Amino acid sequence: MTQLNNKRYLRRKIVNNLTLSISLLTVLFALTFLVWILWTLFSQGLSHVGLDVFTKMTPPPGSSGGLLNAIVGSLYMVLIATFIGTPVGVLAGTYLAEYGKSGWLAPTTRFINDILLSAPSIVIGLFVYEVAVNTVGHFSGWAGALALSLIVIPVVVRTTENMMQLVPSTLREAAAALGAPYWKVIVNIVYRSAKTGIMTGLLLAVARISGETAPLLFTALNNQFWSADMSKPISSLAVVIFQFAMSPYEDWQHLAWAGALLITLFVLGLNILARTIFRPSQSQS
Amino acid sequence: MTNAGGEAYLSPASLLNEQIKIRESKSMSSIMQSKNMGARLDKLFRGTTMFFAFLVFILLFGIVLTLFVGSLPALKAFGPSFFTSTAWNPVEIQFGGLVPIYGTFITALIAMVIGIPVSFGIAIFITELSPVWLKRPIGIAIELLAGIPSIIYGMWGLFVFAPLFADHVQPWINDNLGALPLIGQVFQGPPMGIGMLTAGFILAIMTIPFTSSVMRDVFEIVPTMLKESAYGLGSTTWEVVWNVVLPYTKTGVVGGIMLGLGRALGETMAVTFVIGNAHELSASLMMPGNTISSALANEFTEAVGDIYTSSLITLGLTLFVITFVVLALAKILLIRLSMREGKQS
Repeated sequence: MTQLNNKRYLRRKIVNNLTLSISLLTVLFALTFLVWILWTLFSQGLSHVGLDVFTKMTPPPGSSGGLLNAIVGSLYMVLIATFIGTPVGVLAGTYLAEYGKSGWLAPTTRFINDILLSAPSIVIGLFVYEVAVNTVGHFSGWAGALALSLIVIPVVVRTTENMMQLVPSTLREAAAALGAPYWKVIVNIVYRSAKTGIMTGLLLAVARISGETAPLLFTALNNQFWSADMSKPISSLAVVIFQFAMSPYEDWQHLAWAGALLITLFVLGLNILARTIFRPSQSQS
Repeated sequence: MTNAGGEAYLSPASLLNEQIKIRESKSMSSIMQSKNMGARLDKLFRGTTMFFAFLVFILLFGIVLTLFVGSLPALKAFGPSFFTSTAWNPVEIQFGGLVPIYGTFITALIAMVIGIPVSFGIAIFITELSPVWLKRPIGIAIELLAGIPSIIYGMWGLFVFAPLFADHVQPWINDNLGALPLIGQVFQGPPMGIGMLTAGFILAIMTIPFTSSVMRDVFEIVPTMLKESAYGLGSTTWEVVWNVVLPYTKTGVVGGIMLGLGRALGETMAVTFVIGNAHELSASLMMPGNTISSALANEFTEAVGDIYTSSLITLGLTLFVITFVVLALAKILLIRLSMREGKQS
């Protein structure tokens, strides 16, 4: 009897140790790929990142050049997308957090927003193509920025709502008791307390769109030359990386790796910034 | 008001009193006015926020409607057989969506087969095993995997992973899994490195952060008392996870899996690099194929003619509808879990 129990105990112990070791292995598995990808980027890209990358235009195959027009194009579109997406997202998020207790609009919008959050970005690109490219007749930087802003909005809506709900309602009540109208309560009290959180969401949104390629393919297209004209096709770092990496020319591939390293460092840097500096020990677990 | 009243009490002169009364009525009216203003601004503010919430709401229908209108020419030309046809011939203007639709599902399925156990393991590690100081760094590191742009996964997949996969993993799969009866055919094929298996594998890595972070969140809502009761009865950690944590969070776990699935179905750039872009239906996972998103990325700007473009838009609409259903299911399951938790606490 005791022998049987011992055996069973041993088996349970072995199963436990085995599964928990596997669980440790899965973490190592995932981290391996993180390290592997970063190492690849550094080993392939670092030697091609030089001053030229930031000062010269994208070259024709076979000659040297840089990524200046692509970097500037990306910067323009990301900035404009953020400027369009932030107010829309913050205000919609405000509605969900502050006025969303009754009625059908808030729960439905919340649901739809969560789906848009994970919706395939290429479909967003297709939608903007139909709306802003097909109707106008040509590709444009505006269309690219619009597509990116449609990706920013759900992220900002979500974080704004979450962060505003974290503001204790006693603060709102205290302000209301002093006679402040509700809009003033929201603008002066709730926004102010939720500021860091909303900023975090914004940073994450910028990080997300900085690396997006799919929605730009058929909206902003690409432009080999210097162009700061948003109503014309405009180059972007992500699309240039795609084009250059898929090309058979070695120069282009080198530039693609350099661009890949830059874009990844930028995006991961924003991610780390958002998660560490802007979110102090509030979610320790 | 109280100020004015107080002054009135302090000043005995009737003249002053009169003045104060006038002043009082004035301030009363200005207060009323500002109250009116406040109410109006309140309404305006509420209306503005509501308008933007409505904008988000309407966006979904805008997308569906626009894509539907765009896909009408193809749907008219081919009818429902578009979804069952494997034809893809721009020259003869014959298009069917079966190959990319099949590829989308198969690559996502591979991603799930690999991604679910790994995500589960990570979630267990973070919630049950990891020392407290390690939780946050590991959590952030896993989330960084989600931060890496999809195009980087694609480049890495094509230039680094695929050659290694072709040299070291695929021959082994060919020799061992390929020799199995019945399902062996699925694992036989030329070791090219690119193809549906590679795409699925890379998708798995990309979806792990999403699935594991949902799993981790739902594992954390399991009441400590429940777990401690099981430990008190002598359960091992694994038994607590398998018999207490998992049954309690079942719906949430499925929700997390669906969320990952939704991501895998719609992922574009990473797949476009490694899928091989071939419009051919083949049983082997080693063969190149196509997914909806990679077909769009590769061909849309080069598509000539209404029917070609419209066929691609139809594929886009199909992808959107599929991911919508999957993500909506995920959301409903997660809402159900949080509602149950709300009832209990």
